[in-house]
Amino acid sequence: MPKIHFDHIEKSFGTVRVLPPLDLQLNDGEFTVLVGPSGCGKSTTLRILAGLESLSAGEIYFDDAPISHLAPKDRDLAMVFQDYALYPHMDIARNMSFALRLQRAPRAEIAAKVQRVAEMLNIAHLLDRKPAELSGGQRQRVAMGRALVRDASTFLFDEPLSNLDAKLRAKMRTELAEMRDTLDKNMIYVTHDQIEAMTLGDRIVVMSEGVIQQQGSPEELFKTPANQFVAGFIGSPTMNFLGGSLAREADRLWVRGDGFLLPLTDEQSGRLNGNTPGDVSVGIRPSSFSADPKVGAPIELHLAVSEYLGAQSVLVTRCGEEEVLVEYDSATPMKSGVSMTFGVRPEDIMLFDRASGARL
Amino acid sequence: MVSHELTTPDLKSERRVRHAPRFFNMNRLTPYFFLAPAGAVLAVALLYPIGYMIYASFLSWNPSQRIHEADWIGLRNYTNLLKDPNFIESFFVTLKFASVVVTLEMVIGVGLALLLDRKIRGMSVLRTIFILPMMIAPIVVGLMWRYMYHPSVGILNRTLKGWGLDPIPWLSDPDWALPSVIIADVWQWTPFIFILSLAALQSLPQSALEASRIDGASTWQQIIHIKLPLMLPVLIIAGLLRLIDAFKVLEVILVLTNGGPGLSTEILSLRISRTTSEFRELGEAAAMSNYLLLLLLIITLGMFLFNKVMDMRQQRLRAAAQEAG
Repeated sequence: MPKIHFDHIEKSFGTVRVLPPLDLQLNDGEFTVLVGPSGCGKSTTLRILAGLESLSAGEIYFDDAPISHLAPKDRDLAMVFQDYALYPHMDIARNMSFALRLQRAPRAEIAAKVQRVAEMLNIAHLLDRKPAELSGGQRQRVAMGRALVRDASTFLFDEPLSNLDAKLRAKMRTELAEMRDTLDKNMIYVTHDQIEAMTLGDRIVVMSEGVIQQQGSPEELFKTPANQFVAGFIGSPTMNFLGGSLAREADRLWVRGDGFLLPLTDEQSGRLNGNTPGDVSVGIRPSSFSADPKVGAPIELHLAVSEYLGAQSVLVTRCGEEEVLVEYDSATPMKSGVSMTFGVRPEDIMLFDRASGARL
Repeated sequence: MVSHELTTPDLKSERRVRHAPRFFNMNRLTPYFFLAPAGAVLAVALLYPIGYMIYASFLSWNPSQRIHEADWIGLRNYTNLLKDPNFIESFFVTLKFASVVVTLEMVIGVGLALLLDRKIRGMSVLRTIFILPMMIAPIVVGLMWRYMYHPSVGILNRTLKGWGLDPIPWLSDPDWALPSVIIADVWQWTPFIFILSLAALQSLPQSALEASRIDGASTWQQIIHIKLPLMLPVLIIAGLLRLIDAFKVLEVILVLTNGGPGLSTEILSLRISRTTSEFRELGEAAAMSNYLLLLLLIITLGMFLFNKVMDMRQQRLRAAAQEAG
């Protein structure tokens, strides 16, 4: 499988620049997820790679060979579209075999390949139907099947699950994860859903406004986000951000805000030494709150609403004027309207520059 | 107390039920009241003339006679026509004209649409220019082309002369007259196919076209395997509409050749018009009109049938999808 290198690619539509220079290197055989809010340029990046959009500047390399001058069909890739993009007038077998038929592959070989992929995806009984006769999930499978039959080196997925209902989406996500493990292919997957990104990606590339905010393994992004955007985008429920300022007291750094005073770890203090911005954003994940106030530093929260989700509940609380989400074990009954003290370990506190959003 | 509150609404609804039939009837009639004016117009402007024409086709009727003075001759007009070589020739001229014209218009119209379905600057102006001929009154089109076909001062023959070629007897030669008439009609009505094809092209699913590019389809393969099959329902309807129109064409040919030379361009509608005004055989003309009507009816029914089949197919597919999902 080729290594893919986006070398400072740019894209403008007229005077509107949708991708500022973007540089990205993808490793061989990796499942890469491009994730970000809509309009962040992730789909454009994928479509440029597919050859459906032209480049305004820069170059894409497959193993050091430039490919931006090649037509889509000569790039050895297959793509699954958000709306499946099946050919409505062809039955499923003909949909899946279209590329092979254009290549004039031997008929027996085409039939064998289609049959094998169809069995793998459990759609063998649908081969003589038209796309309009299938349910959304089945169409999705056919779209994947059409890509798999091609046997291309690189698979592109453009939000393939976003037209499915929640239950089906979870199921297809699992199947995709299985496919990822059995197929030794480059896979590039675009989504706006961070759960899909976290569960599927070997490497996640978080984008916003055409700029790569951070790339790394799901764990890296969750544990060491580079900035406030990534911290807020990855993880569910989303991270809480509280306004605060740094203060030095009793020989260590504290962060003080409306209704809380939390100590920083020595490591954080060391990093910040000599460089102490006044205003910071304090990031605490909902899962970082402990019911035992003796764990770490205490913080008092006023409980507004409890959202029961099963084993876990999400408590919507207030700290001063700001809303704070807390993940909490449902076994302990909670009453709204009361104040409660939680414990937060200093190492679970992340600090971000209020102006730039950069992690401190 | 409680039971009283419960029974009151029940009594009310029962009373409503007793009054319901009359209201129901009124409601059922309301749509017909609203439809009545349109129905009246339809009866006077459409059904009456057709009935009149059918009745007239059984008469031997001279325009100097009142209709009730004409002799009833039964089906003789129809049988006479079938034996009339001029009518038969006129019928085949019409058939030839319509089939050639529609074929050419479909090929050129769809071809142009495929060519112009892209984003180029000035394309909207170009598209507007392309559909201009359709908006010109047929009489004017006939006159325009008559001047262009003029043997000595027409632009076509002057151009030929400029290139050192022999002039062509566009309208005066029996072999050239029909092609000349066909060219004028193709010029005027290709835009109709063009705009419908363009609309069909622009409503094609973009992602399917993109998928076909990734699957390796060249521009031609895209057209043959994806675009044309998906446009087909629109193209069939457009073609049938044009066919119906082509069978009825009159003005352009009337102005250009008036059916000549000989009977080389005498299409049916022209023959009908001449039968009334020159031969003064109103009954025979009516019978001819009915033959034409019958032919068009068959095409129209074919079109409806096609629509019906497509609808049923859609419904069946949707039902299957629901079952599957």
